[in-house]
Amino acid sequence: MGLPPYATLGQRIWYYSFRVICGLIFFFLVAPIVVVMPLSFNAQDFFTFTPEMLRLDPEGYSLKHYRDFFTNPQWQLALKNSLIIAPLATIISVSLGTLAAIGLSQSHVPFKGAIMAILISPMIVPLIISATGMFFFYAQLGNWMEGTLGLDKGFVGYVKVVLAHAVLGIPFVIITVTATLVGFDRSLTRAAANMGAGPVTTFFRVQMPLILPGVISGGLFAFITSFDEVVVVLFVGSASQKTLPWQMFIGLREQISPTILAVATILVVISIALLTTVELLRRRSERLRGMSPG
Amino acid sequence: MAETMLAADGTPLKRSLARALRRQKLRALALIAPLLIFVLITFIVPIASMLFRSVENDIVANTLPYTVEALADWDATGTDLPPEPVFEAMFYDMFLAAEAKRHTRLGTRLNYEQTGISSLFRQSGRRMDDIADISYEPLEDLDKSWDDGETWYALFNARGDIDSDLLDAQRKRIAALTDGDTSADINFAPDAQLSALLPLAAREYTAWAVYVATQNNRDPADRDPWESVAPALVTDLQTADLSRYSGPMADMLRAAQQAALPAPDYAAAFADMDDDWARPQPWQTIQTHSSAYTSGYFLNAVDAQKTPEGVAWQPEEKQILLTLFGRTIWMSLLITFSCIALGYPIAWLLANLPMRQANLLLILVLLPFWTSLLVRTSAWKVMLQQQGVINDVLVWIGFVADDGRLIMINNQFGTIVAMTHILLPFMILPMYSVMQTIPPSYLRAAKSLGATNWTAFWRVYFPQSVPGIGAGSILVFILAIGYYITPEIVGGTKGVFISNRIAYHISSSLNWGLAAALGTILLAAVLVLYWAYDKIVGIDNVKLG
Repeated sequence: MGLPPYATLGQRIWYYSFRVICGLIFFFLVAPIVVVMPLSFNAQDFFTFTPEMLRLDPEGYSLKHYRDFFTNPQWQLALKNSLIIAPLATIISVSLGTLAAIGLSQSHVPFKGAIMAILISPMIVPLIISATGMFFFYAQLGNWMEGTLGLDKGFVGYVKVVLAHAVLGIPFVIITVTATLVGFDRSLTRAAANMGAGPVTTFFRVQMPLILPGVISGGLFAFITSFDEVVVVLFVGSASQKTLPWQMFIGLREQISPTILAVATILVVISIALLTTVELLRRRSERLRGMSPG
Repeated sequence: MAETMLAADGTPLKRSLARALRRQKLRALALIAPLLIFVLITFIVPIASMLFRSVENDIVANTLPYTVEALADWDATGTDLPPEPVFEAMFYDMFLAAEAKRHTRLGTRLNYEQTGISSLFRQSGRRMDDIADISYEPLEDLDKSWDDGETWYALFNARGDIDSDLLDAQRKRIAALTDGDTSADINFAPDAQLSALLPLAAREYTAWAVYVATQNNRDPADRDPWESVAPALVTDLQTADLSRYSGPMADMLRAAQQAALPAPDYAAAFADMDDDWARPQPWQTIQTHSSAYTSGYFLNAVDAQKTPEGVAWQPEEKQILLTLFGRTIWMSLLITFSCIALGYPIAWLLANLPMRQANLLLILVLLPFWTSLLVRTSAWKVMLQQQGVINDVLVWIGFVADDGRLIMINNQFGTIVAMTHILLPFMILPMYSVMQTIPPSYLRAAKSLGATNWTAFWRVYFPQSVPGIGAGSILVFILAIGYYITPEIVGGTKGVFISNRIAYHISSSLNWGLAAALGTILLAAVLVLYWAYDKIVGIDNVKLG
């Protein structure tokens, strides 16, 4: 859509002003995230640029907020909890979700629409409602686990949050894995069976390697859902299950320290890494599927 | 007649195929089942329990069972006070509830309906002993043995027939009141003869025995009963025919009957305790909200109230929740329109650029999409506050004076800006995927047929991009009306949504029934929109990344 040589002045003006408008919208999309990064190196406890920073004076910059993040026990507890809860929740949603997605992609599934609606619902229902429902139910579940099963209180707290986060991640796994399976060539499994492979061998040696990119990107979605989730953990968890977003939420509400900005920068770097991974996986998956006949 | 086709193993082909199909279905279901059960237990059941909680209201009947029964025939619409039996039932219910420390919970529940009833219950609960003492002290003065728990135990514990109906009823009463288990052995059973002779006293003594044995783990045989047994006994003795009674304590009972001890005048005693009991309002509230299921929370959720005369609406200026619902919808619409306005040019640009450039620019859209919500919200807090980046820049270029910094946070503006930013990728991505399928040759064809740029766009391109706008709009709107975190942080008081109110009722005011009712209404709205989305776009077409 380049500008043709015969374009009128009006068309030229519109062409360039449209580009400027789009540039401004992209600026709107990215600026807030970019602004956070330099601010996290602020030597003062302010949420804004100090005159020293604007003069690019080294005095104005420091790593103190990062140091605070890595030494403050509150933040460390939150980081530890996030790193415990998110992987466990991801493992549950990926293993159950992949199996179910394979089941759903079979040609004859009774009540497929209803089942799909139920499995997707955690993504559709607003988080505040999921959190409200879970708040009532998981409190009773926790009491039951502590009372009847005699489990440790802290352990039960983690179980509740992991279960809640796992179910929130499931729709993402279902959607990405079913999307991958749409392009899956069924004659490959039949060929494997023909050559004497059992269903388990066929699954791990033939089907799994081919749908792996979809499974991994579903898992990344599930991971980021749990890693980024705050509403449900606020309602279901207790203070000892405090996660990173929870600690950030408290910090933002009470405006404690710009350590939040340091954490935000670290999280942005993590999300760039995840974004790159998903993008690479998507391309690989398309290439793999493009290779298979049919 | 045609011969039946046979499969290789000799069974008819039709049956063999049906069996294969059935096996295939079972295998598919077996793969889905673990996840389905997991989601049902960890997600669907909690949501259902929330729906149930929005109508559940057994606390009134569980705490004041006899009062609710006695109030059933009372006409609440008049100005008369309830009759004496209601006050009497209230005394026994309240006495037990106060001993179990449950009366304040009920007070809190009823306070949602009538302000002030909470403190009325709390204070009255403390003074129930005073009413009981009206009978208890004279009884004790008459014969010191009444002060001894063993006397009462010997009187009511079964010698012959057991009144098992009474025992079961009292076990149920205590279980309902305390939410506890009352099935344990209590080392006491009410005597059938005595419970026929002294029904009220037997009832209250049995309730006490069940309570101390199951809730406090004490043996009722060697504990003193609560004082409430005394007014019960005195009341029973006013009508009891003791002439043929020859069991234990027969002389003591006759002596007490002859002494004509005073039973409390319950209505007067309650009025003496607090003037409010002498007004019909608290009784109306109890009667109106006595059923086990209520529409009361839903009415509260739309600023109305259940009264004896029917539904009463709050005055216009007090309709906070309806205002909040309206604001939630209005602001979500504004956010959706801002997203359309900002997202459309971007989607168009992405769809019409060469693949390589479009992919690069797409990263700028996906980066915010992948960035933590909390990070983006904190970024907007940094940008928008009065000492924040935007104000600093405006002051620096001289657009506003240093003392005239704009207030852009803790109001509706802050919520709309931050949420537009957060939800914009959800608008751009569906628009982009629809626009990618529109062949650019259509626009060229329109132009070569003589259309101006604008006509070609408006009459040819735009109609084909409408499905993308529809899909993006519903998605953004669904996400917006349920948002909690961002309005909570940048919305102040004027820019919050209904979800913030739900969170407030869950964690601060503890009015869980109202929170559940608000949640149910919001859920219904979202499900309707979701259904529309499924009709228009199809849930299978949801794509990520």
